Amino acid sequence: MISEILRSRELLYFLSWRDVKIRYKQTLLGAAWAVLQPLVTMLIFTLVLAGKFPTAGLPGPVFYYTALVPWIFFAGSITNAGNSLIANTDLITKVYFPRALLPASTVLAGLVDLLIAASLMLVLLAIYGIVPDAEILVWPLAVAALVLLALGGGMAVAAINVVYRDVKYALPFAVQSMLFLSSVFYPMSSLTGTLRTLNYLNPLSGIIETCRASVVPSVPIDWTHFGISVFLSACVFVAGAAYFRSVERRFADLV
Amino acid sequence: MRQDSKYAVRVQGVSKQYRIGASAAEGMLRDSITRGLKRLMGRDAKKDDAPTIWAVKDLSLDIGKEEVVGVIGRNGSGKTTLLKLLSKITYPTEGRIDVAGRVASLVEVGTGFHPELSGRENVYLNGSILGLKRKEIDARFDQIVEYSGVEAFLDTPVKRFSTGMRLRLGFAVAAHLFPDVLLVDEVLAVGDAEFQAKCLQTMGEVGRRGHAVVFVSHNLEAVENLCPRTIWLDRGVLRADGPSKDVIAEYLRETSVAPKGTIDLTEVDGREGTGEARFLGLEFLDASGTPPVATRSGDPLTIRLRYEILETVRGPYFGVTFNSEFGSIVANPNTWSSGVDLGVVEPGVYTLDLVIDRLHLMPGTYPITLWLNRHGDDISMDWLESCTVLQVAAPTAAVLPRPLKRRAGTVFLDAKWRPMG
Repeated sequence: MISEILRSRELLYFLSWRDVKIRYKQTLLGAAWAVLQPLVTMLIFTLVLAGKFPTAGLPGPVFYYTALVPWIFFAGSITNAGNSLIANTDLITKVYFPRALLPASTVLAGLVDLLIAASLMLVLLAIYGIVPDAEILVWPLAVAALVLLALGGGMAVAAINVVYRDVKYALPFAVQSMLFLSSVFYPMSSLTGTLRTLNYLNPLSGIIETCRASVVPSVPIDWTHFGISVFLSACVFVAGAAYFRSVERRFADLV
Repeated sequence: MRQDSKYAVRVQGVSKQYRIGASAAEGMLRDSITRGLKRLMGRDAKKDDAPTIWAVKDLSLDIGKEEVVGVIGRNGSGKTTLLKLLSKITYPTEGRIDVAGRVASLVEVGTGFHPELSGRENVYLNGSILGLKRKEIDARFDQIVEYSGVEAFLDTPVKRFSTGMRLRLGFAVAAHLFPDVLLVDEVLAVGDAEFQAKCLQTMGEVGRRGHAVVFVSHNLEAVENLCPRTIWLDRGVLRADGPSKDVIAEYLRETSVAPKGTIDLTEVDGREGTGEARFLGLEFLDASGTPPVATRSGDPLTIRLRYEILETVRGPYFGVTFNSEFGSIVANPNTWSSGVDLGVVEPGVYTLDLVIDRLHLMPGTYPITLWLNRHGDDISMDWLESCTVLQVAAPTAAVLPRPLKRRAGTVFLDAKWRPMG
């Protein structure tokens, strides 16, 4: 499957480019949307949550925004990739091309938003006088792990969505739950006991924590947690891709 | 399959099964979980007894590397399924398919066009979806644009294109794929005559360039002209495979008598209208008042309509629309224009004949639409879009001594040649 995708990388590029282009053409705000979403969420979190939840000694906006950038990418990827096959029924039933390109292209398109949102993150850090140290080099690695996780999860959800038509109703709820289960608006360090162990096994948490820690010198990277997360992300990717592959041939008959 | 094989396509014992009406429970996670739990607890889970059909059954055929093959058959005979199997859109339930080289399928042109993107952008997107490399699109872009004839609108979003323009652009991309195997399905059912001629010409060229073409169509004339070999599918089974002339003749012999006796119109799909009156049946009759073995150009033909009036209606009027295969109206005789007034009609069952002294239609398939309107407000009481077809076969030698040339047209003109010296 991987080699097939590599062979069709141009199509992957065109499909992602289409997604980005359409999104920016259709939404009133265009590219501003990519920063507005984390920015507004950050403001809400700051107004509502700051002071009630610990923020690892960081200013609220920095604490939330650094986590919202990867979180919004992940949530968007799972939702868009999950719906990508159904949304492209027309293509699936009429043309052959590697089906995995559809979820993959939505994830890739989301990556553009993530990079735009991340550039604002640097501005935000500057405003608060936070100067990242060498650990910032880990940030791209954390994002790479995140892409792997989003691809695996996205492919699995996309395939399940075609095979089981009732799943799409549960999807928004599942994504929402992940927000609460991952350390987006609380630091993992605030958890204790079983909750902490469970959080350790949530790859999304590890990646979000690493995204945050890598750009903020005062918070050290938890390498064990990150390592576990990378491993689990790879597992999710392999499992998601394997499931996708096992049902791929039936897509055109099912959608 | 190796490149050096002389076949472009090998189909060996292929069958494709579809579930029909895919029972609602089938695709639900909820039900899969309940079934799984029941099985776990040792209870009998209801057996999966969704009804299935074989869209294609035990089909084997080889297509050579430079062959242009037509596929004919009635609706639901498995033609489209065959194309989908060849293009890997769907996979066989049994058997195996080998296709050498790059396949391009024109199951529908312009697939993947995005309405918000410009013509230029869509050429790249569509070309890429159909398997072209970016460089190849760059190299062929000017040709594609020229072929499509929509140069002036390249930077306009496709949503502002007319259907015809969209079609042209879609086919232009497809015509420049240069695949090893080109699959075409009913592209010609749409578009104007000029466009259709262009499509047919291009397909012929692809064939001559030494690539295999599989052409599915209801347009028997086009199949006969383009494809030396034709395959006839009948309910998923290979019925005949051989020289187009013979296969098509055999197909016509069978299908032109297909509407045997009365065609029941009580159960047809897509019926529209208020329902105060409705068509019950239609019958084709020849000069002797019996169903003809074949209706030929120049033959007399009577179309007998049976209809039912459910509520008293004042001045109903009837029409029979003869369409061409391309969807244009060939003739539309109706009682009102002919000055036939039926007055006030009480509930009951009636019969009405449309008598055609001489059928001025060239050989071909003519979908028939029946309509029954209320006089005055012209509201449709019953409307049966393409409820049956009139198959017209080539005229007898007594009427036309020699065979028709290709592109015979639609109208069988009552004309004579008179050399005047």
